[in-house]
Amino acid sequence: MEKRLGKATRDAYGKTLIELGKENPNIVVLDADLSKSTKTCLFQEVFPDRFFNVGIQEANLVGVASGLAASGKIPFVSSFASFLVLKSYDQLRMGAAFPELNVKVVASHGGISVGEDGASQMAIEDIALMTSLPGCVVTIPCDEFSAAQMTRKFAEYKGLAYMRTCRPKAPIIYDEKVKIQIGKGIKLRDGKDITLVANGLLVFEALQAAEDLAKEKIEASVIDMHTVKPLDRDLLISEARKTGHVVVAEEHQIWGGLGSAVATLLAQECPARMAFVAIQDTYAESGPPDELLDKYGLRAVDIVKAAKKIL
Amino acid sequence: MTKPSVEELKAIAKRVRRDIIKMTAAAASGHPGGSLSAVEILIALYFVIMKHDPKNPSWPERDYLVLSKGHASPLLYSVMAEAGYIKKDTLLSFRRLGSPLQGHPDRRRIPGIEASTGSLGQGLSIGIGHALANRLDKRSNYTYVVMSDGETNEGQVWEAAAMAAHHKIDHLVAIIDYNKFQLDDATKVICNMEPIVEKWKSFNWHVEEIDGHDWNQVIEALEKSKNVKDQPAVIIAHTIKGKGISFMENNNHFHGVAPTKEEAERALKELS
Repeated sequence: MEKRLGKATRDAYGKTLIELGKENPNIVVLDADLSKSTKTCLFQEVFPDRFFNVGIQEANLVGVASGLAASGKIPFVSSFASFLVLKSYDQLRMGAAFPELNVKVVASHGGISVGEDGASQMAIEDIALMTSLPGCVVTIPCDEFSAAQMTRKFAEYKGLAYMRTCRPKAPIIYDEKVKIQIGKGIKLRDGKDITLVANGLLVFEALQAAEDLAKEKIEASVIDMHTVKPLDRDLLISEARKTGHVVVAEEHQIWGGLGSAVATLLAQECPARMAFVAIQDTYAESGPPDELLDKYGLRAVDIVKAAKKIL
Repeated sequence: MTKPSVEELKAIAKRVRRDIIKMTAAAASGHPGGSLSAVEILIALYFVIMKHDPKNPSWPERDYLVLSKGHASPLLYSVMAEAGYIKKDTLLSFRRLGSPLQGHPDRRRIPGIEASTGSLGQGLSIGIGHALANRLDKRSNYTYVVMSDGETNEGQVWEAAAMAAHHKIDHLVAIIDYNKFQLDDATKVICNMEPIVEKWKSFNWHVEEIDGHDWNQVIEALEKSKNVKDQPAVIIAHTIKGKGISFMENNNHFHGVAPTKEEAERALKELS
């Protein structure tokens, strides 16, 4: 499969914020001294008055966003996922989730594809934490087009919503015509033997895996499950009924990610044979992103292996 | 709204202190000590200082109050009942299953409560958010944040303090109910935050230091703080935990323990 690298999902987010800022004067953006990396700096250039850089203080960052939301603004809050989710978790809980406020949390540098900066900067727990907040929408778009669309959907959606963006350039899966709906997975390929469910950078790997499996006469469905919560029950149940075999692939700790969510659903509704491609209960390390994805088993070849194990 | 006289404020305070005793005793739980210490502060805000309308709690021109020390919820509920936000006869449902009067304030359940609190250290940040939103909308309403002294142990308070001063946020007034105790012991024993006045000054806040039970001082400090420009203001209000009831004053047993039935009767007699 040809790999065409597009922009990073964080770039798509920053660019879309400018468009949203022009359309809706209530949109405000907050960052904690990482705006050049999260790409909220693009919004700041156009709307300096509606951009707040609070400094290196994530707890206050989220608290201020809660107050803005309670006063009718639509705050988009950004920092690295490792800091924004893990350092501000109580503020996200008490300030945003519990009072059901309209706060958008868009955290960059999710997963281990952060690369050279190493484990301290790599959020591998963010999906587990954010999905446990009652009522919180949780998403990981896979490319620049879906990330841009998801950012727009966030502005329309009322309530707490989390998006993880990634540092490296993302393989292009879609084009600007893609229609993203929160909570609706996208079937990228249809097959009768096995279903590969992935999000983020692993969507490309799943498509590659499906191609490789096809060479061995194994027909795989591929689903971009960009929304982990709410999960697309109908699509997953119908796939599990059809193929009876499901591999879930994600750039997240195996505990509490997309795999856990899909397994919980299918265990109740339509038990299938399942396998999980994820980070195996460990922290990663410094290195080039591609080499890290190889070493920690998040590649097409790992998905193929997992598929064959259960078929 | 005509402003009540000091005599009228005192009468409200007596009723509020009685409510705090009745509510915590009926629930057999709650935090009477830190509720009683901030009675004058909250009543001055609701009955003298703040622009608000109980009939229209989401009025965009209203002033905002964030009770960051959410465990003083009996005080908040009682004052809000006096002000007309809550029916008086619901006060005794405090902490009961299904009651809007949750153990700690829940903004979804009572119109007029601006922030859900109970995890200390967060209210000042939320108040900054209110103040920034008002500034963006070019409104001149004020945001008041009532904190406890123990609460300022929290690092987030100092993040917020630094950020608010840096962004020159005025129309933001924090009031610290400095009752000198936290749950485990005296604040000077657990985590001494002195020198408090100097700390806030060095964070570039305008600081007023007052007796938090003296009506004139409380009102004057709030009025002065409203007029501060390009800078947030904080009022360090020296108070007495358990104020108003002889055997509860400076008795930290009543931080998070409700009076027994017998204690409540004695307290109500003192407040009759």
